[in-house]
Amino acid sequence: MIANFGFGTLIISFVVSLYGIGAAVYGARRNALAWAESARAAMLLTWPLLTLTAASLIYLLVTGHYEVQFVYNVTSNAMPLYLRVTALWGGQAGSLVFWSWLMAAFASAVTLRSWERDREFQPWVIVVSLVTLAFFLGLIIFLENPFVRFWQTANGMQVVSMFQPSGGALLLPPDGRGLNPLLRHPGMIIHPPMLYLGFVSFVIPYAFAIAALVTGRSDDRWIRITRRWTLVAWLFLSLGLVLGSRWAYDVLGWGGYWGWDPVEIAAFMPWLSGTAFLHSVMIQEKRGLFKRWNLILIIITYSLVIFGTFLTRSGVLSSVHAFAQSSIGPLFFGFISVTFLISMALLLHRWNDLRSQGHMTSLLSREALFLVNNLLFMGILVVCMWGVLFPLVSELFTGQKVTVGPPFYERAAGPLFGALVFLMGIAPLSAWGHSTVKTLGRAVWKPSLAALAILIVAIVSGVQNGAALAAIFVIALTACITVYEYGRGVAARMRRSGENPLAALWRLAGRNRRRYGGYIIHLGVTLMAVGIIGIEMFQTETQGALKPGESLQLGRYAVTFRSLAQFDTPDGRSVARAVVGVSRDGQPLGELYPRRDFYYDTQQPMTIPGVRSSIEDDLYVLLVDWQPISSEGATFKVYHNPLVNWLWVGGLVFILGTFVAAWPSREEPVPVRVPAQLVTEP
Amino acid sequence: MENSLPKPVSELGATRSTSRGSLKFIIGGLLILAAVIYLIVASLIAPGGTQYFLTVEELNNRAAEMVGREVRISGVVLGDTIEYNAQTLDIAFTVAHIPGDNQEIEQLGGLAVVLKKAAHDGSLPRLNVKYNGPKPDLLKDEAQAIMTGKMGADGTFYAEELLLKCPTKYEEAIPEQSAAK
Repeated sequence: MIANFGFGTLIISFVVSLYGIGAAVYGARRNALAWAESARAAMLLTWPLLTLTAASLIYLLVTGHYEVQFVYNVTSNAMPLYLRVTALWGGQAGSLVFWSWLMAAFASAVTLRSWERDREFQPWVIVVSLVTLAFFLGLIIFLENPFVRFWQTANGMQVVSMFQPSGGALLLPPDGRGLNPLLRHPGMIIHPPMLYLGFVSFVIPYAFAIAALVTGRSDDRWIRITRRWTLVAWLFLSLGLVLGSRWAYDVLGWGGYWGWDPVEIAAFMPWLSGTAFLHSVMIQEKRGLFKRWNLILIIITYSLVIFGTFLTRSGVLSSVHAFAQSSIGPLFFGFISVTFLISMALLLHRWNDLRSQGHMTSLLSREALFLVNNLLFMGILVVCMWGVLFPLVSELFTGQKVTVGPPFYERAAGPLFGALVFLMGIAPLSAWGHSTVKTLGRAVWKPSLAALAILIVAIVSGVQNGAALAAIFVIALTACITVYEYGRGVAARMRRSGENPLAALWRLAGRNRRRYGGYIIHLGVTLMAVGIIGIEMFQTETQGALKPGESLQLGRYAVTFRSLAQFDTPDGRSVARAVVGVSRDGQPLGELYPRRDFYYDTQQPMTIPGVRSSIEDDLYVLLVDWQPISSEGATFKVYHNPLVNWLWVGGLVFILGTFVAAWPSREEPVPVRVPAQLVTEP
Repeated sequence: MENSLPKPVSELGATRSTSRGSLKFIIGGLLILAAVIYLIVASLIAPGGTQYFLTVEELNNRAAEMVGREVRISGVVLGDTIEYNAQTLDIAFTVAHIPGDNQEIEQLGGLAVVLKKAAHDGSLPRLNVKYNGPKPDLLKDEAQAIMTGKMGADGTFYAEELLLKCPTKYEEAIPEQSAAK
């Protein structure tokens, strides 16, 4: 039986993990190399074992073994192969298997690296990875087993159980309930794995941080080893967030992309602390400051990763609008508390060894501005945390459950984001060690003029909202400075080596990938900010019932209802598809096809917008309702989302920049601390 | 920038007094902290910043006090009561009380069971809801509605935001139709 086989491999990998933890601790304590080596072998064994587990589950999903409860819940006969495979992360139990499989893969990959210079880290990295893995495997085995099956007992009772009850027979439903149609979208197929990859790879820097604390190695070796892991984790987490937003925009049909839902926030919080970490490790590398702070940041990030997995574990939807409650909740919180307290205790134990080598002197120095950046990221994190915890806190103290909505987050986090964007422009211009208003001003004034010009253009073109104007100026300033920085680098190279601009740009980015990759990321963020300002502050909407030939007007656009057709598709949907004509200022721009799909298997409709996208704006048309006889009319809701595509383009640029920064470079960064005055060339 | 000479750490700021040096950083940090606290508090106090999360029963008991306040209500949709005008997008429906406490829901057999029972129990407190907008795909019998809006003086709840969770999404313990093998 495949289900029993899958469950068996799960149990074996759990036992192997527990053994690995014991062997690694013993090996490290007694300095017994053989035991440490055995722990490493155990670590390496978990991945093939869990591959078998995942493969068994995928086999059951693909072949439609509906007697398995998980398969019954997430697949149906009508679903195509690729959706049956990806249904692995369509439910909670499968998600946890997938998470564990990724965790084992990453941890194994790390144990394969060459450990010559840091042999003492290895057992402890294995311990941390395996403790995390064993926790998840334990959850799966004891509470969220994806292999449990339906049985009919001798007395006619129906039960769910892993093993055959005495006299029981398997129940075989003819069809499953099918994956929620909202999840049948390419964005939703890639989004959870990306998020999970991000979560999982943040465990690696945490494992090294703990290894450094346990072994008492107080230099920045753990940061240098895990620099690329952190970037990769961050890359996947960012990708996951962007894809999730895009999915919401395409599928949820409310014309938005982010709703400050607890689940979204849960995925966003580790990103915030991870981003702070990513920046502040640079200060430790360059100046030897913030050693304790970096450890605190990675410990917080790890806790938030586990918390995020808990909140998002079951796919977005079953918990999208409220806190998910299940038996595994307290265990998650228990695990997070215990690991957090142990990590902090270790940190306090080594507190005095982790003194900064040197101190900050200038408020405008690069390290000081990085510190401000960190405080702002943590500020946003506190806002998010407070919003998520507020209902619990208020219930505790007043007995009254009070929740906060998107307006709270927007008002509280908006200015902090604005300040971050501004800082993003200024900070790269300041020097390590010491900067003054004068040196900064000299670097800033030219881009400031360009930003001012953009601001004037915005005012002339009719933008009156003060907050929007402030945002536009800050974004423009940061974008101009970033481009200007690039331009100066390229110009200097061209002068020195006579390269053409493109070659100079390529080599420049290639020589200092982290720096110039970072600039590309910053540029991506400014583009995304433009899109966010556009949709948040200038979105307009209208709705109305139209007879064929009638139009809805929204700003310069007119949407004309032409016709509507209803038909069945081979994959089990009933589709109602409207044809609407779109024109701007009387000029026809073509047709859109907003539609409503009704899924027979889950008895659930799904609204798919017709969208006309351009760099300037999106016209987003929803088919809301229609009369059975299509000639009578249909109701539409129309959104005008200015500049929203800048958000997606910015997202792409952002991801590209992360690739540039994370790409292995031929010349490894100099392992010597350089407190250089990075005063840029004239 | 790549060819600038590294300077030893000790040279930087060694002449300054440390206490004066760190004081300005402490003040700067405190300013940022104060700004974050101010933003959180101001956003909480601002209108629409917070909403009471009430059950139908609690809202009915405190109806007079809650008129005009922004509140959040959770209840189960009664399918027969849904009226929808596709021309004006006016939606009216009635919700029935379900417990607000997750543990209580678990004890009663889980959300799907609670929703099913509450939708057919005439003795539970009910609330009439009005909403304007496209009819959500999930607005149907036994769906859990989480609504943000204001209580009107007429005893009707005017929802500005309507979120729905559908019982079909909950993983059922036993399939309804299944054949013994």
